[in-house]
Amino acid sequence: MPETVLPLLSLRDVCANYGPSRALHGVTLDVHSGELVTLVGRNGAGKTTTLKAIAGLMRDRTGSIAIGGAETIRLAPEKIARLGAAYCPEERGIFASLSVEENLLLPPVLHQSGYSADDIYQLFPRLYERRSSQGTKLSGGEQQILAIARILRTGAKLLLLDEPTEGLAPVIVDQIGDIVRILRQRGFTILLVEQNFEFASQLADRIYVVENGRVVEHFSADEARSQPDRLRAYLSV
Amino acid sequence: MLDLPAPALFGQLLLGAINGAFYALLSLGLAVIFGLLHVVNFAHGAQYALGAFCAYLLLKFAGVPYWGALILSPLIVGLLGSAFERLFLRRLYDVDNIYQLLLTFSLALIIEGTLRALFGSSGFPYENPLPGGINLGFMFMPYYRAWVVAVSIVLCVATWLVIEKTKLGSYLRAATERPDLVRTFGINVPLMVTVTYGAGAALAAFAGVLAAPIYQVNPGMGANLLIIVFAVVVIGGMGSLMGSVVAGFGLGLLEGLTKLVYPTASSTVIFVVMALVLLLRPAGLAGREVH
Repeated sequence: MPETVLPLLSLRDVCANYGPSRALHGVTLDVHSGELVTLVGRNGAGKTTTLKAIAGLMRDRTGSIAIGGAETIRLAPEKIARLGAAYCPEERGIFASLSVEENLLLPPVLHQSGYSADDIYQLFPRLYERRSSQGTKLSGGEQQILAIARILRTGAKLLLLDEPTEGLAPVIVDQIGDIVRILRQRGFTILLVEQNFEFASQLADRIYVVENGRVVEHFSADEARSQPDRLRAYLSV
Repeated sequence: MLDLPAPALFGQLLLGAINGAFYALLSLGLAVIFGLLHVVNFAHGAQYALGAFCAYLLLKFAGVPYWGALILSPLIVGLLGSAFERLFLRRLYDVDNIYQLLLTFSLALIIEGTLRALFGSSGFPYENPLPGGINLGFMFMPYYRAWVVAVSIVLCVATWLVIEKTKLGSYLRAATERPDLVRTFGINVPLMVTVTYGAGAALAAFAGVLAAPIYQVNPGMGANLLIIVFAVVVIGGMGSLMGSVVAGFGLGLLEGLTKLVYPTASSTVIFVVMALVLLLRPAGLAGREVH
């Protein structure tokens, strides 16, 4: 990646607090347009908090977070969404009081590139079959697919995916991997939080290791594949 | 069933339906506010009284007739409500619920106290815009009372349709579950909260205007009603729109019937039902259990 190209997402020295306790101690990272970058690290290292800070959900945040060159550190979540970022939470956030289709059509189309319901059903035929079910009646894997499909509606270019494979059977994990790969091919920029080391290293262009609220190491895809033990050492308890 | 003359029975049923219409409109507004804001709006009764006073003042000082007040008064009270949410209530969402309760309760005291200081507590009559009625054979039906019941039902159904069947309604339902996530979709939830509180206050004011020709316009009119309305909300299920409306009309009718059978119990019967519901189905008849 040439250094002269402005990154789509750029974090500089980002700190964030949950009440009195500090969760991020100065995160610095870049994600370039079209890249798939993964954050790995142990539980409680600050990976999810980093995504939440980018989405604007950590009210108490400092430093600099730029999306497409625009500073967002003081913006409300709905403004950040309009800059083209979309967040898919670890717990998926499927609304129980809405049907599958209502869940899918909930996000407004903010950019012209937003997917129509037909686009999404073509990509995920299973959702079409279950469209009138209550959102939370879907299986865990289907809910995850729905959660990812839903954020394509807005036309976001930057997808923040928090542990999409968590708690899913291996065969479903492979399906999610295929979906993430397809999205990358379609030009989405993806920042992925992942505990599943194999999943992360197969998909990612680059990997950041997060520890104690900081980025402590950086691997390219080649490095991750050639020195898996070095990467694994960061994740072992 | 009971050995009662038909006019007396239907007369009480009509009175019950009228009371029920007010219970339904007021508990609907409370449910709309509680659903999204998780705030129990103790100012609801005062906003109802404010609606009636607005109609009275509009007529007296601006010559605006009843039908104009029915639109203008909810609009004014709704805007005041929105401003109150924006300036005061919003600051308390992060702290314990008791603070929101205290704030809305103090707003109720301020509104009622101010009205009492300005206009006294004896109240004013408001002229019936639809005098007369029709003899249905088994009873006499005043036009205005028929109008109150009809427009209340229409408004309740319309509110339910907006929330259950429209895009805006799906935003509201989703924001009730996960406001933070809905914001990340680019939806301005804080604005929605302001508008929702305003709409709830406007519903109360609408009920206040409807009530003006039937009851007197007086500062305490909401406080008396609000206690019963809270019982209705508990019976219907906190935050359930359908539950509030059905419980509102149902309990109004039950109250009317009790007046016939055993008049002394008529003011207590709703609270007896509330106690039973709390014992047997604590979430209310249509409420979802909180996990």
